Amino acid sequence: MRYVPNTEDEVRTMLERIGVPSLESLFSRIPARLRLDRPLALPRGAGEQEVLGALEALARRNACLDTHRYFLGAGVYPHFIPTAIDALASRSEFYTSYTPYQPEISQGTLQTIFEWQTMIAGLTGLDVANASMYDGASATAEAALMAMRVTRRPKVVVSAGLHPHTREVLETYLDGPGGKIVAAARGPDGRSEGVGALVDDETACVIVQNPSFFGVIEDVGDAAKSAHACGALAIVTVPEALSLALLRAPGALGADIVCGEAQSFGVPMSFGGPHLGFLAARERHVRQMPGRLVGETVDARGKRGFVLTLSTREQHIRRDRATSNICTNQGLMLLRATIYLALLGARGLRELAVQNLALAEYARSRIRATPGLELPFSAPVFNEFVVRVADSAPAALARALEAGIVGGLDLAPFAEDLGPAILVCTTELVSRADIDALVAALAGDPR
Amino acid sequence: MTDAPAPQDRDSTTAVHRVGNAARGVSYEEPLLFERSRPGRVGFELRELDVPAVDPAEVLGEAAIRSEVAGLPELSEVEVVRHFTRISTWNYAVDLGPYPLGSCTMKYNPKLNEVASRLPGFANAHPLQPEALSQGLLALIHELEQHLAEVSGMDRVSLQPAAGAQGELAGIMMIRAYHEQRGDRRSKVLIPDSAHGTNPASAALNGYDTVSVPSGPDGLLHPSAVAAAMSEDVAALMLTNPNTLGLFEEHIVEICEIVHAKGGLVYGDGANLNAILGIARPGDLGIDVMHFNLHKTFSTPHGGGGPGAGPVGVKHLLAPHLPVPVVRRQDESEGGGFTLDYEFPRSIGRLHGNFGNVGMLVRALAYIRSLGPAGLRRCAEMAVVNANYLLARLAEEYPPATRGHVMHECVLTDRRLEAHGVTTLDVAKRLIDHGYHPPTIYFPLIVPGALMIEPTESESLEGLDRLADALLDIAREAREEPERVRGAPHHTRLARLDETRAARRPILRWQPAGSE
Ligand SMILES: Cc1ncc(COP(=O)(O)O)c(C=O)c1O
Repeated sequence: MRYVPNTEDEVRTMLERIGVPSLESLFSRIPARLRLDRPLALPRGAGEQEVLGALEALARRNACLDTHRYFLGAGVYPHFIPTAIDALASRSEFYTSYTPYQPEISQGTLQTIFEWQTMIAGLTGLDVANASMYDGASATAEAALMAMRVTRRPKVVVSAGLHPHTREVLETYLDGPGGKIVAAARGPDGRSEGVGALVDDETACVIVQNPSFFGVIEDVGDAAKSAHACGALAIVTVPEALSLALLRAPGALGADIVCGEAQSFGVPMSFGGPHLGFLAARERHVRQMPGRLVGETVDARGKRGFVLTLSTREQHIRRDRATSNICTNQGLMLLRATIYLALLGARGLRELAVQNLALAEYARSRIRATPGLELPFSAPVFNEFVVRVADSAPAALARALEAGIVGGLDLAPFAEDLGPAILVCTTELVSRADIDALVAALAGDPR
Repeated sequence: MTDAPAPQDRDSTTAVHRVGNAARGVSYEEPLLFERSRPGRVGFELRELDVPAVDPAEVLGEAAIRSEVAGLPELSEVEVVRHFTRISTWNYAVDLGPYPLGSCTMKYNPKLNEVASRLPGFANAHPLQPEALSQGLLALIHELEQHLAEVSGMDRVSLQPAAGAQGELAGIMMIRAYHEQRGDRRSKVLIPDSAHGTNPASAALNGYDTVSVPSGPDGLLHPSAVAAAMSEDVAALMLTNPNTLGLFEEHIVEICEIVHAKGGLVYGDGANLNAILGIARPGDLGIDVMHFNLHKTFSTPHGGGGPGAGPVGVKHLLAPHLPVPVVRRQDESEGGGFTLDYEFPRSIGRLHGNFGNVGMLVRALAYIRSLGPAGLRRCAEMAVVNANYLLARLAEEYPPATRGHVMHECVLTDRRLEAHGVTTLDVAKRLIDHGYHPPTIYFPLIVPGALMIEPTESESLEGLDRLADALLDIAREAREEPERVRGAPHHTRLARLDETRAARRPILRWQPAGSE
């Protein structure tokens, strides 16, 4: 067994030192009737060549960025990943270490988290960011729970365009603590309508997803005002972190908590995970935050260093009164995102966001000009939008697939009222020619 | 650690190159990214845009956009690569040497698994792409579910939870759904006092009051203690087996019977499954629902804090409550292949935006396929031999918290060092000078001065000997020159860090000098 060094001889030496006659006797405290009396029914063990071959065969049975053009987003975004990220994140010092419990030998991880916290604070316009949550959906649920703790109120008002999966995760998480979820209606321009009327003195928070599931940019400032008018917190959840480079910082618009998904920052789609949930808040709420936090301090010689801090919020100290049960988080994804943001920098990130916007604008202008296709919503969008097709969404997507294009998400299961509609996303991975091909396929024009 | 010289350092704080496992001659200084930043530097060039450029202010409106992005540095690729390469060298890691962090199973992370998870058909697939285009991944998920069910003796498995704690949350939710569907409202969950903090936290997130059950003087959970706490108001008992003292809960069958007799269910924390792989199965012991930590037992890397994966396994009675979606193999009449099933009206719902940490699932499957039944069993056996060997070598200087043999980890104490004013924390920090990551300390909470050592099967005999020598050397040092231990670590780039100061006056982000 290549992963286990000791030989039979060495095992004998060790058993002698332990003072037992056989390996078996070390397991004698497991009552015999409880022991498995047969080998596990699993495939036999195999060498690298065979295992890799078998997994390659499985991998080949999936479409991926290397076989198709993707216009599919809906919470998971295809973006280019700079090559330096894999090189650095593959360093054993990063990926074969664990939670930095011993700061003197974990400064690489701790400094990275501190840098991430600084970057996310800047992008969200808030004071404090944590060291990651499992994904955008659970980050949103944790943000709602945090608001319920801060306000001691049970009701959560959500925007019309909260991702249906995020909504489901929110329901799952809020069920035990007794949260109540109320959703705003979608107005004709695609944005939420009447949020203010839903907020009352039972309301813990208003959660606005921005951009919305339908791609439109919501009026965050207005939602925050409605929340604050009743003493509730304003939460903005961001499914596409790249939008933060372009849109006004939610913190500057009044958001008290900003959370979301940062997979766009150098994390592969990987069939939905591991991704990177983030959560940022104002300093006055820091003691109600979930997750790990890294703070600056000094060592015994006065030199700057970083440590995990404010851990009296956490499960290993506070147990059943912890702010969250999270322990293992998404550390390595945080490293990738921090490297990504360092490489792109303020300017690169903004230019990339503007490129995504330009591609969406071009696609929308083509769609507007194409008979049979429609843009049902008039509100501005970032890099994702809804297209209505003339015939049926599955037929249109099938035509796209014939052209080697994964054309977007059929919205039928999520918003039946829209008719045959598809959610389309344009990132820097698609070109003008790809967009033209998509539009032609969706319209069904024979080319 | 391989052929590093034996510890010989006594007095010098500069002889870094001579100390134990820490044969490192060069230590880099490196500022924060923001302090390295210079206006105008770029680390990435974008593609050329082949559609008309736009003015965001025009498209989105001036009020909607920000004038600048705060908080990001400007650096070239060279600087970014050097920055992260340099700070990486400040980390200890499994690939550098033993990482005997009890309860965390810091075993070797095979490189094959990394390569497999990065195959484009896995890493570059979208979770919402049509099922017909994802058959390889759905087959992989289905296969891993089957294997984990077989390893654990559970009937069904969901791979959705992103870590052990989320698996606990899912498990307790299923227990709650089970009771509620029977019209049975229960308010309490029993948790042994040796349990990990995530157990009570997960129960509380479900609205349950937690009741701590005392372990016996032998470190085991006793039927009498469970019986005394058990009532028809108790929804579940959460237990960890082997427990956090490294002991197999010998009375588990009787304990499960006591809980079941009053209508409760038993949750098994599978964090320590490594010790019993192929030897005993939680499902055969009376456990109704459990989680796995793929980042412990199944070798997926810990990533500096994550990601992990925390699948849940259940018996048939809880299967209707599994998280959705569930991957289902279709009959030939349905066209064969795999599909995602959402039709579970009694499901607890969704826990993850997608299907969980799939990249970790790929690694775990690669591991199971590599080891097979014999290899997995061998891991358990070697993990147990290694732990007992360390126990045998250390028991005299560090009196164990338990009597007799242990499973995959041993909990030792600093009892004999107290008299010299040396604490567990001091021992841990001094071990760093010898080139090791310290064990878990002060856990389980019921053992004063606990050092929880889990060597895993990845360590060799001579490696364990060197680790034991280092700990024995520290014990001797504690008697002869305790101030040396109290002041450790001496050979790290940073000396002991002031954690109190960090908490008292939190600085949680970098700000330019003079900005506040
Ligand atoms: C005994 C035990 N239970 C539960 C957990 C929680 O698992 P995770 O960190 O994957 O959430 C851990 C480890 O961290 C553990 O050691």
